[in-house]
Amino acid sequence: MAKNRTSAVLLALAATASILVGCSGGHGSSEAEPQGSGADPSAPTGRGATLSLKGSDTMVILAQRFAEGYMHGHPGTTIQVSGGGSGTGISALIDGTTDVADSSRPISERERGDLRTRRHVEAHETRVALDALAVYVNEASTVPSLSLTQLSGIYRGEIHNWSEVGGPDAPIVLYSRENNSGTYAYFKEHVLGGGDFAAEAQTLPGTAAVINAVSHDPNGIGYGGIGYAEGVRVLPVSADGEPIPPTLENAVSGRYPISRFLFMYTAGEPTGAVADLLAWAVTPEGQALVTEAGYYPLPTDAPATSPVAPEGAAVRVPPEPAAH
Amino acid sequence: MAQAGDAAVVPVSPEAPPAARRSRPALGSGFKTPLSHRIGERVIHVMAFGAIAAIVLIFVFIAKEALPLFWETDAQDEIGGLSALFMPRTWPGHVEAAYLWQPVGTIRKLNLVPLFLGTLRVTVLSMMISVPVALAAAIYVSQYAPRRAREILKPAIELLASIPSVVLGFFALVVLASLLQDAFGLTYRLNALVAAVGLSLAVIPLIFTIAEDALRAVPADLQAAALALGARKHQVVTRVVLPAALPGIAASVILGFGRAVGETMVVLMASGNAAVMDIFSPGSSARTVTATIASELGEATQGDAHWRVLFLLGTILFIVTFVLNRVGASVVERLHRRLTASAR
Repeated sequence: MAKNRTSAVLLALAATASILVGCSGGHGSSEAEPQGSGADPSAPTGRGATLSLKGSDTMVILAQRFAEGYMHGHPGTTIQVSGGGSGTGISALIDGTTDVADSSRPISERERGDLRTRRHVEAHETRVALDALAVYVNEASTVPSLSLTQLSGIYRGEIHNWSEVGGPDAPIVLYSRENNSGTYAYFKEHVLGGGDFAAEAQTLPGTAAVINAVSHDPNGIGYGGIGYAEGVRVLPVSADGEPIPPTLENAVSGRYPISRFLFMYTAGEPTGAVADLLAWAVTPEGQALVTEAGYYPLPTDAPATSPVAPEGAAVRVPPEPAAH
Repeated sequence: MAQAGDAAVVPVSPEAPPAARRSRPALGSGFKTPLSHRIGERVIHVMAFGAIAAIVLIFVFIAKEALPLFWETDAQDEIGGLSALFMPRTWPGHVEAAYLWQPVGTIRKLNLVPLFLGTLRVTVLSMMISVPVALAAAIYVSQYAPRRAREILKPAIELLASIPSVVLGFFALVVLASLLQDAFGLTYRLNALVAAVGLSLAVIPLIFTIAEDALRAVPADLQAAALALGARKHQVVTRVVLPAALPGIAASVILGFGRAVGETMVVLMASGNAAVMDIFSPGSSARTVTATIASELGEATQGDAHWRVLFLLGTILFIVTFVLNRVGASVVERLHRRLTASAR
């Protein structure tokens, strides 16, 4: 009897306590995190630090390699990698819920402003790799290449049939990315000239899903990082002259019209383990992992990190042809 | 008159005078309830009402994020006025007026109509598939199946309901999509039909369970009477059992509809998510309200127009599913009352 009573009281207390904790926890964390998490994780140096990398789905496999490589050399450091899209990563950086935002597009002026007002720091940019934005078609497709104009027409919904661009008489099925994707944003800006994707473009959650869809669809076309291109054919793309395949040389030289840098952003100058990780990522050891992940290492003559850059335009992808 | 009335009332309670009954102690009143029990009772009482509080709070917090859209002028400017949410518009760079959902860009085009149509198309399609299948199964299991078959069929169909919707979505994406594309020669591999078939797998067990219960709740004496009057089995089923169970069947369909409207994962994975303006074609892609919220909320900046519109979608979805569930539940209640009344 006595035992019963005690356990009933304990149960009641535990339940009440958990309700109270649950309520206050929900409120507290949303208030505390923006200040707390941003300042702390950069403070511990090396040993025992826990870092989080969040953002671009294009960069998940790359960030994963970096994390594995770095953790191998620095036992005790834990790095968590998650995707969600470049926009999601930068939002998380602004909210202070990640230490590093992976982004496959440069941070926008608006996001820089948000970071300034919310966290009172400038965004710090590190270029970690070079990527050629590849255009995928099914392996059975007979289309030899596409020009940027054709590509734009296709994705704007002005060209509906493969026969209009040198293929068989078949409808074009468009595969695109969700609008939180940096690849989506890059493609929209640099291929569509800021215009809208056709409403018929199917939006898929991740480059892997695009690859999967295109590899199953003889009439499909998709776009994404070169690192994922397996089981599909990668089309050469021409700006206004000859079609250029997205090879390392062409991406580095800037002849391939839609190549871009992949970025990692921190809120303010990186310090501690974060700075160490980012510095390591651009060493030959780190860049070897870039090649392993299927992307292209940074050209040796380009500076890897930019100082605090107030103007978004100043840090835009340099190997860009004048064509558009 | 009054005299006669009194006289008639008095003999009704002869042996136990009311006063004597009242003086008897109430059951268990001699014992003092231990404090722990009283606290325990209070706690479970609070928890029970906590569910109601949760519903109210969820609604309040979702609506709170959405409503400022109606008076914040800068949010309205960002989306081109409230009418742009529902009316077609000729956007810069486009030739004709269009319903567009293009939330990212220099001009945000947030027209909700394609999303509503997408949800409606996928939901109606999935109901067209799941209602006949689930009702046929319910009629067979409740009326025709021998006991052994029923004991296997009912749990098996209900087991379908326990499959996580992400697994159904994955199945639809990988297996169903190719199967249906080959079978019907569809241009788009991921489309409303694939999503609807995947969704049906989630909806069928729900409709089946409620409809089967309703069919089995029809009093046996009604059926016995019909049989005694010379009706054949199919006449009993179609003219006696089905009409009697109709409210329950209607409720099952309404609840199934609510589930289909609110389901997210299957449609996100299998529908292709293109916000096209299309009402009738099952073979084209569809972007539903739920999938839009799921895929875009992570990216929307807190408090801007896109964020508010997504919460507005959530509020509308909440109201629709809430109303559907209430209607479904009240129809079940009516059935229950009607059947218990007719049984007497």
